[in-house]
Amino acid sequence: MSVTHDTSATRVRGAALRGAIARPGAEAVAAKGWLAAHRWLILRRLSQFGILALFLAGPWFGLWIVKGNLSSSLTLGVLPLTDPYLLAQSFAAGHLSYREALLGAAIVLAFYLVVGGRVFCSWVCPLNVVTDAAAWLRRRAGLRGGKAPAEQARYWLLGFTLIAAFATGSLAWEWVNPVSMLQRGLIFGFGLAWGIVGGIFLYDFLIAARGWCGHLCPMGAFYGLLGAGALVRVSAAGRRACNDCMDCFAVCPEPQVIRPALKGAGQSHPVILDRDCTNCGRCIDVCSQDVFRVTTRFDRSES
Amino acid sequence: MAGVAGGACLLSLGAGLYARQASALPATALRPPGALAENDFLAACVRCGRCVRDCPYDTLKLAELGEPVATGTPYFTARDIPCEMCEDIPCVAACPTGALDHALTDIGDARMGLAVLIDQETCLNFLGLRCDVCYRVCPVIDEAITLERVHNPRSDRHAMLLPTVHSDHCTGCGKCEKACVLPDEAAIKVLPAKLARGSRAEHYRKGWAEREAAGGSLIGEQVELPVRGLEGKAHGDTRVAPGEGPGAPAGLDSGWKP
Repeated sequence: MSVTHDTSATRVRGAALRGAIARPGAEAVAAKGWLAAHRWLILRRLSQFGILALFLAGPWFGLWIVKGNLSSSLTLGVLPLTDPYLLAQSFAAGHLSYREALLGAAIVLAFYLVVGGRVFCSWVCPLNVVTDAAAWLRRRAGLRGGKAPAEQARYWLLGFTLIAAFATGSLAWEWVNPVSMLQRGLIFGFGLAWGIVGGIFLYDFLIAARGWCGHLCPMGAFYGLLGAGALVRVSAAGRRACNDCMDCFAVCPEPQVIRPALKGAGQSHPVILDRDCTNCGRCIDVCSQDVFRVTTRFDRSES
Repeated sequence: MAGVAGGACLLSLGAGLYARQASALPATALRPPGALAENDFLAACVRCGRCVRDCPYDTLKLAELGEPVATGTPYFTARDIPCEMCEDIPCVAACPTGALDHALTDIGDARMGLAVLIDQETCLNFLGLRCDVCYRVCPVIDEAITLERVHNPRSDRHAMLLPTVHSDHCTGCGKCEKACVLPDEAAIKVLPAKLARGSRAEHYRKGWAEREAAGGSLIGEQVELPVRGLEGKAHGDTRVAPGEGPGAPAGLDSGWKP
């Protein structure tokens, strides 16, 4: 694809309609170079695989930096971390955990309250790699349509998973939760969990675009609620330079969060405040006009 | 909106029902020491696997999807790798949630299950042989498993030393089941206590216990009828000393001919 930097807006639009949706970011690669157009994606993959590597270094190489899994872990023998969503389920099921798990959950809570809850989804969760792959393949295959459930489904599911924990007196959702299951499977052994992960991939690829992460996952919903007031946010500070190429919408896992900030729909400032934004930074990568940047929720400036 | 809520409700209902359906622990799956009662355990365990990591003998593992144990929860199979009953109980110390109760400080108090000599037809000691392996390997030897000497009615001249489990000392570590010399299935198995034990017969009053407590029979003195051949013995004492009692000794040397 040979789209040059100074292409007029209309021609870019045409390109978007023809093929840029299948390959969003092509224009940015041409304008900024491949590395700059994939910077956040690379950082994100480094983070996801790096965290996984920390957990795997023990069982694979005997290098015990972190013990456990994302549900609960102990780093270097001192730092306890616990998934607050699992602890919430455990509490709903009628068990009050020991202080170690509570402290671990408090640390995790505090972290995500600041950086944005759904940073877990885009920077930590291993299933994100699977659903990103499905979304990529779906774009490349040019699949359209399908049937995605409403975006609010995840919040209902979040509520019902807690009710299910209360009603059954057990962590009912953890019997099927693909997020914890994938990481635990990679570290402790899979069994038939491949089936569930494969099912999520096929669902996202063939049935619903961004169906799991963007519409269903109750864990993502939990972290979304957690980060509703997060300090770190993405801002469309350079929105005046936007040439309507639509690449950010094509690549964004939660495209509905962009419009208010970029187009001033219902808000005047350019900061993406929607709790569903995962702070993945992919919009920064694919924008040839450098519209987006990472900043704080209080930085309402435009450039 | 209603459809979305309904769909989410159905999905959680499915997960909940599946959880209920599958929450019965199979008999061969044993929880780590200090594990809460199964229902409480399933509410408390966050499936982090830290007990698995701190087990020095690789005894514990996390259940994988498809295995008949709650997905991601720790268990062990005695016949594969039994619990070595570490004195510092590292698996319990590692548990961050209390699914493994930190109040367990003496591994001898652990009750992971109860050993049961389940097959008396194949157990070599029950055949009158001297295997004794389950007894020898028991970490609580002579308390959790004793060898009880009984008469061997087959040869009529030997003793059988029957491995006998005592629930007040057996921790359910499974070393006996692991060590059983039978080729595949062990004759002695550790079972969940619920399977292994009957309920106490609380409605049944033991006459001898009542008599001791009351300092005498509750129904007063009874007429004692003599038992032929046992005159001069205390009431109820039917034990026969060697050379005493009716009839000549039986067995190979009895000289009896048809």
